[in-house]
Amino acid sequence: MEETRCIYKNDREYPANMRNYSSMPEQLYVKGKLPVAGQPAVAIVGARMCSPYGRIQAFRFGKVLSRHGIQIISGMALGIDSEGHKGALEGRTPTFAVLGCGCDVVYPARNRSLYDRILRSGGGIISEYAPGTPPMKFCFPARNRIISALADAVLVIEAKENSGSLITAGFALEMGKAVFALPGPVTENLSIGCHKLIYDGAGIAYSPEVVLQELGISSEEKESEETKEKNRDSGKKNKIGLARDLNLVYSCLDLRPKSLDDIIRKTGLAPETVSRCAVELTLLGWIEETGRHYYVKVK
Amino acid sequence: MQKGESLFASVLSASIRGMEVCPIKVEADVSNGLPSFIMVGFPSTQVKEAQDRVRTALKNNGISLPPRKVTVNFAPADIRKEGAGFDMPVAAAVLAASGVVGAALLEGVMMAGEISLNGHIHGISGVLPMVIRARDMGCRLCIIPHENLPEGRLVHDMPVAGVKNIIEMMDCLKHPQSYTQRENSGGLDEEDEELPDFEEVEGQQTARRAAEIAVSGFHNILFIGQPGTGKTMIARRLPSIMPELTFEESLELTRIYSIAGRLSKEHPLIRRRPFRSPHHTSSAQAMTGGGRNPRPGEVTLAHRGVLFLDEMPEFSRKSLETLRQPLEDKMIQLSRVNGTYVFPANFILAAAMNPCPCGYYPDMNRCRCTAGQVSHYLGKISRPLLDRIDICTEVPPVSFTQLRCSGKNESSEVIRRRVEKVRKIQSLRYKNETVRFNGELHGKQIQTYCPMTADGAALLGSAFEKMQFSARSYHRILKVARTIADMEEEEMIGSAHIGEALAYRVLDGEYRS
Repeated sequence: MEETRCIYKNDREYPANMRNYSSMPEQLYVKGKLPVAGQPAVAIVGARMCSPYGRIQAFRFGKVLSRHGIQIISGMALGIDSEGHKGALEGRTPTFAVLGCGCDVVYPARNRSLYDRILRSGGGIISEYAPGTPPMKFCFPARNRIISALADAVLVIEAKENSGSLITAGFALEMGKAVFALPGPVTENLSIGCHKLIYDGAGIAYSPEVVLQELGISSEEKESEETKEKNRDSGKKNKIGLARDLNLVYSCLDLRPKSLDDIIRKTGLAPETVSRCAVELTLLGWIEETGRHYYVKVK
Repeated sequence: MQKGESLFASVLSASIRGMEVCPIKVEADVSNGLPSFIMVGFPSTQVKEAQDRVRTALKNNGISLPPRKVTVNFAPADIRKEGAGFDMPVAAAVLAASGVVGAALLEGVMMAGEISLNGHIHGISGVLPMVIRARDMGCRLCIIPHENLPEGRLVHDMPVAGVKNIIEMMDCLKHPQSYTQRENSGGLDEEDEELPDFEEVEGQQTARRAAEIAVSGFHNILFIGQPGTGKTMIARRLPSIMPELTFEESLELTRIYSIAGRLSKEHPLIRRRPFRSPHHTSSAQAMTGGGRNPRPGEVTLAHRGVLFLDEMPEFSRKSLETLRQPLEDKMIQLSRVNGTYVFPANFILAAAMNPCPCGYYPDMNRCRCTAGQVSHYLGKISRPLLDRIDICTEVPPVSFTQLRCSGKNESSEVIRRRVEKVRKIQSLRYKNETVRFNGELHGKQIQTYCPMTADGAALLGSAFEKMQFSARSYHRILKVARTIADMEEEEMIGSAHIGEALAYRVLDGEYRS
């Protein structure tokens, strides 16, 4: 594994876009690489305890943006942050994590494999804290200013009213960066933060193209790719039109998690049929089990 | 009695060691010497106290012991004698040794009972196994406290006499016939207590189905759900869909409960499958059975029934880990300073838990836990224990409309009939094996008894890759699929069965949001 390097503010390597702000740390510790200057970067941030909807969208935005050569920057926390990174890993542009602890400390420990994947894919782990620093509460809001400094735009996926993600958005506004927020159902607490940002003038990230446009990247070539994928899928769906039960189960699902009992009631099918269909659809990758016996549509 | 002459008498009693009954010979000798009462043969303090109780009780009934040297011995001397059941044999032996009753009357008699100071004889625990042992040894008479008579009479081919006090005991030794006559089958009348029934469970189709699969194939089951959705309610109804106890099973259970001292006086025979729900503060010893001479713990009391752990993550790690051996071996082996004890422990483990500490986890509007708290809560149950649970199901909240205008629900009896059918299929299939149910299958047996159709194998193969589960999970899924196939009376496991079994698999990773 690579060594942790220490970079001082007057080193040539120190990120140029961080030099503009006074509150930036004197030295940065880096494992792996730093974001390439001149290449666009977007921060994807949001709640740790997110909904399946947020998780899927974070992954999707991360993947699409990354495919267009955008470097995804986030905090490698559970929930939205992790999903953003994972999406970016699929898109194959290096992704960067800014930690609130020493960059050799994997926090949360569950993200060990994500940590390794980020490094292996040519990305980097960045921290202002010396190696070995344990995670401490106050460090996390502070690292948010580095996240927003490194990024050209900040995308908030899901945030409760007093979420830490709003701190990142606040820094971004101060630094004059673009802020986007993902809209959600008005009944969800997890959407309140985003809706407030939108009310205050943030961009509505209703699709990844909106963010691409802001950065001046054309989304044409990729669009064809996504539609191709969609066409291929719908073709497949039609092909298994024979399996009526599958269709029935699939059609009563949406983006909010539904329990098997809900599906049983809606479709009127037997419990054994419904659970079997749910598993088959999961294996096809069209729906996902988000909690025990709760399913959402993915495609 | 001549000077210098000594009289000797002995009678049988029994000591309970774990589930075993050790016959103990109680010998008494009355001889010349300084008046004293000596007990030898490794008696515990409780047993030593017998001398005061016996002497006082005899005095209060107008029998005075001669002021001579009384020696009481318990043989074999290497077993520690415990319990108050030795009062009656000690009294009888001393009476015989001092010539009040004939020593010959004690031959072939086994007796046990506690004596109070006024001569009354109180009930004791462990009467049933003792009487069975007496029968096996070929004793001619068993004298037990009158309170325990219904229990002792469960053994049909053994003359059992119940006595209320010392005078009756002496009388009984002289005229046993008048005490051993049986009234027409008392104690076998029905208890009319209403059992909880599945009819009362509204909705919960998935959980009902999961419960039926679990009971049919003897699989351990885990219920996950928000507070108040009916996890406990469903678990409580599991015994009601299990096949009824056979008489042998009944007697086996009654033996266990007799040793634990938990039998009812009027209806000693246990005819309902036990449902044990220990509180989550229960210690490891409470689960396994504790004490120097261990008594049955919760795992043994749940034998042939259901052990239900409500709020499973709240149990201490130590209590939970002790369940691993009984779940594997269907019995529990306890080692103590004076020996190793084996108790039966063949039960279905049913566990219930909330998805997070506050209980509302997938509902992000109500859950107030942090991501760390949620994963920590789920992580409290160790992997090895989760590995022994075959079925995991969600018990979702029930809506108002469901509660109000639900149709008629299936009753336990209907479900039980189906379960009995599936159990019969299994007992036919495993007649040459040591296992009895699908849930007990192991490595090689799974290969032999779980043949899959090509479709089924293909589905399981793709799931194995996509869902990334362990070899152990693979086996568990096959076992559950075997049960589901049996429920549909199919010999080959098809893709439909595999598909449904996959839905109930225990999540390998923790929940994701």
